[in-house]
Amino acid sequence: MSVADYLIPYDFSPVTILGFMLVLGLYGYGLLNMPGENRPGSGRILVFVVGVMMCYAVMQTRFDYYSQYMFFVHRGQHLILHHLGPILIALSNPLPVMRFLYSRISPGIRQSLRPLGWIYRFLQHPAIASFLFVGLIYFWLWPPIHFDAMLSRDLYWIMNWSMLLDGLLFWWLIFDPRSPVSSDALGYGKRILLLALVAIPQMILGATIVFSRGMVYDVYEVCGRAWPMPPETDQLLGGLLTWIPPAMMSILGILIILRRAMREDGKLAPYSEPLKATHS
Amino acid sequence: MNIQFPPRLSGMLPITALLAATALLAGCFGDEGSWRGKDISGLMPELAFELTDTSGNTLTANETDGEIRMLFFGFTSCPDVCPATLQKLSRAVREMPGELQDDTRIVFVSVDPQRDTPERIASYVDFFSERAIGLTGEEKALRQLSKRYRTTFGYDDPDAEGNYNVSHSGAVYVFDREGAARLLFRPDLSVEDIRTDLVALAQESRT
Repeated sequence: MSVADYLIPYDFSPVTILGFMLVLGLYGYGLLNMPGENRPGSGRILVFVVGVMMCYAVMQTRFDYYSQYMFFVHRGQHLILHHLGPILIALSNPLPVMRFLYSRISPGIRQSLRPLGWIYRFLQHPAIASFLFVGLIYFWLWPPIHFDAMLSRDLYWIMNWSMLLDGLLFWWLIFDPRSPVSSDALGYGKRILLLALVAIPQMILGATIVFSRGMVYDVYEVCGRAWPMPPETDQLLGGLLTWIPPAMMSILGILIILRRAMREDGKLAPYSEPLKATHS
Repeated sequence: MNIQFPPRLSGMLPITALLAATALLAGCFGDEGSWRGKDISGLMPELAFELTDTSGNTLTANETDGEIRMLFFGFTSCPDVCPATLQKLSRAVREMPGELQDDTRIVFVSVDPQRDTPERIASYVDFFSERAIGLTGEEKALRQLSKRYRTTFGYDDPDAEGNYNVSHSGAVYVFDREGAARLLFRPDLSVEDIRTDLVALAQESRT
């Protein structure tokens, strides 16, 4: 197979391609037109583009073929869609670009977008967000659901898109660049708590798959593997990918949040100003 | 971002969401129907192919309409899965009531066109059942068909004698007389279960 064969989509999805083009296009438009002082540096732009392109690559290249017919590659795909890609996108802090784009939207349209804001705020409630984050992993890995999702093309796309969108929501909540002191972003303690909380069920699920004697996901057996690999090996690798990297990413996330919290320690004294005001 | 629910309400939210999700999940598993095999109605597209039959002629899916079709991918040098599955299918067909047997068709698609000539496939399927037909085609057509049914196949590296293993689907896809995807037989389904499903399927649409 030539290089081009590896780069073209296995299962061409116009909506997906359009979606990614729109995101990159709007980001580029924002970069070019926004005031220079707010513009992200080249490092942040690179991280953003790498994050977006990773998600694109696992959905619209030959990688998708292997994800459909090998359990462990499928786990790798979701690792990128639900963790790594969104983490990079959130860490690149596209907030100034989004703010600029938002300022370009006419007030009438902004008004009509308000219900979206309500849905967003509901989904970003810490309890809902962490439940969704873990719940979606468990839902799509529930064996009967997983079987159907791998058999039906529509369900397969819904699965991948739901993982990507939920990953973006969750990691944006965690890595929200705004300080909780000066905005209504989630407090650092709560962010750390969420990261630790979502790690545990993922570790349990991954370990369960790794230590399962029988075949948990027989759909790969039924539908043929991309290459002849012992089913136990496939399941073992898939289980490890569900177990270890997500746990590591939670720990890394905690370290990043801790670093941010420590940097802000002492810089801002949230209670002194109102106190001063009442005393004067 | 931090919406301020009253403390009691915010405590209830996750529980409510959990209950809602459980109810939703229960709905998904509630109606499995009475099939022994896996019901795939609505999950997969209708039967469509254009392949070469054992006499070297082109055969399309709609030429076989009117029969209950059991689509199975394999190769004639297959050591275990294919002979076992074909034997199971042909036994299940043989044990059906006589008048229903003629409404069934086992469609064996060889995904090893390099070694499997039409003649070789003919003698292979004839050995198992007179209700079986064998098909193959160029790799591209076979890839297209297997992709349509969310399956694939792959070739191992050949050994010193030039023999190689082929990974392929172990499932049997069952289509009704109109060509709609109905059932999926997993490799571990028993002959009796297959027979029961085939009879039910043949009777439901018998005119």
